Amino acid sequence: MSYSAPKFKEKYGNFINGKFQDPIDGQYFENHSPVDNKLLAKYPRSNEKDVNSAIEAANKAKHEWGNTSAAERAGILHKIADVIQENLETFAQMETADNGKSIRETMNADVPLAVDHFRYFASAIRAEEGSATELNENTLSLIINEPLGVVAQIIPWNFPLLMLAWKVAPALASGNCVVLKPAEQTPASATFLAEKIADLLPPGVFNVIHGFGPEAGKPLASSPNVDKVAFTGETTTGQLIMQYASKNLHPVTMELGGKSPNVFFNSIMDHDDAFLDKCIEGAVLFAFNQGEVCTAPSRILIQEDIYDEFIKRVIERTKAIKMGNPFEESTMMGAQASSDQHQKILEYIKIGKDEGAEVLAGGDAAKLDGDLANGFYIQPTILKGHNKMRVFQEEIFGPVVAVCTFKDEAEAIEIANDTMYGLGAGVWTRDAHQLYQIPRAIKAGRVWVNCYHDYPAHAPFGGYKKSGFGRENHLMMLNHYRQSKNMLISYDKNKLGFF
Amino acid sequence: MEFKRVEITPEADKLLQELKQQHGEVIFHQSGGCCDGSSPMLLPKEDFYIDDNDILMGEVGGVKFYMSHDQFEYWKHTHLTVDIVKGRGGSFSLDIPTGYRFLIKSRMLNDEENKNLNP
Repeated sequence: MSYSAPKFKEKYGNFINGKFQDPIDGQYFENHSPVDNKLLAKYPRSNEKDVNSAIEAANKAKHEWGNTSAAERAGILHKIADVIQENLETFAQMETADNGKSIRETMNADVPLAVDHFRYFASAIRAEEGSATELNENTLSLIINEPLGVVAQIIPWNFPLLMLAWKVAPALASGNCVVLKPAEQTPASATFLAEKIADLLPPGVFNVIHGFGPEAGKPLASSPNVDKVAFTGETTTGQLIMQYASKNLHPVTMELGGKSPNVFFNSIMDHDDAFLDKCIEGAVLFAFNQGEVCTAPSRILIQEDIYDEFIKRVIERTKAIKMGNPFEESTMMGAQASSDQHQKILEYIKIGKDEGAEVLAGGDAAKLDGDLANGFYIQPTILKGHNKMRVFQEEIFGPVVAVCTFKDEAEAIEIANDTMYGLGAGVWTRDAHQLYQIPRAIKAGRVWVNCYHDYPAHAPFGGYKKSGFGRENHLMMLNHYRQSKNMLISYDKNKLGFF
Repeated sequence: MEFKRVEITPEADKLLQELKQQHGEVIFHQSGGCCDGSSPMLLPKEDFYIDDNDILMGEVGGVKFYMSHDQFEYWKHTHLTVDIVKGRGGSFSLDIPTGYRFLIKSRMLNDEENKNLNP
């Protein structure tokens, strides 16, 4: 089956205080589709004035929203989930048009997962509670969770709606008002969602500001009038946002990417069965979402005694990846999100070759026909080399994987941890001891064991080392958006006796 | 003869000089990580705190180019050229609104360059 880009209006506004508003200085930017480089729509090129107006609206709304009951907020979050569910196809087509990823991923992963995240946090806040502890016979300690107030959220372009859900759902659930800045490359789904849920939330609770990082992102991240900044992106901007936060003494959470090792032990080849088939797919998942995933399994580590046989099957499966029009259901891998991204990936393939890496599959741009000739496509690429090469150390954010071998467990752990990052990792084995010990030894926030790229709402996700800090998903996320108020109550009628 | 680790193409330099005019003193900091990472970010000089954790890789078009120390460990054998590409990157880099994005092109340093680098 084939889909197409949904209809867009000529231009959109920022969503501030419950309605769409033109940018104050009247400037817009054009948003093109990476599928064919055609214009989709214009979005506001906002500046500090627009940002401050959104922050002001959020601050006005925070008291009332922060005091709504958990039941009321849960009800609204469920309704938001319903709206996304009812418009699943439109959201999926919009994500494909805006980001370039294949429709089968947006229909089956991005949008359904976004629905589930809203439902998860709607449910979580109904089930959890604060605490009361009798510290001694006369003293009671109550811990009450209180929202922070207004949170600024800056999200990336690789999963526009899902990253929105990851950040917005727990923030609203815990009673905060949100000012969200979607990535300038992918403004569509956040705008469409705002359109659809405008009547569900009180004005000012959810605000969307479009624009460029230095013009709109910076005033949002550095504002003294927000209570927290949550950011997903790259390390330099991450550092910059932390500097701004240090001026305001605001809490931040950071998700800054990774260079995730995907480790295959020799026992996987003990049988040629469904599990081995799963392992092969597990290695080829580097091409999921065109490799534009923070946790992309971009380093494959294979035990040397199975290398030849296993890599042969991985190459075969990689070469079977069907590229083509992202709107075709049979297309497995779509376009890279932008022209600069496309160029950067090609530069990495080039430096990989220069450093002596051997090209086992792909190794170039993919030329598609017709309208798609102007889109940004890359062949899924496997490079064989060693872990000190730059293609093993830097996040390429494209369908390029670097492969090396290891001798034993100790070497596997050493290579896996020889990276600045620590976001994701994969461990594949039939050995019961390795199943536990290797994941424990890898310094990463999420280790998939005999699976990869699964993102259930109920499992915490986040980084070690330069991949950032703080977690997303799971109910522990609620506490990243809350204060813990402690009330310490004395039932003793007698004074301390000091004065 | 002395060699530089970082150079810039005339097209990139033209854009850089325009942005300098507009924003005053600026620096490059090579980013890593997710999304728009692995690209050089152009930032107002006062905005970004530089200390011993950053390595000065050189100067292009009158602008200092830095990279974090741990990242440099993996980059030190390569020569970098700052170029531009049409496109819309994310991040807080000052080039974003221009519709062009700074981009790093790399090649291996040869033995002679390696022995005579400055800095």
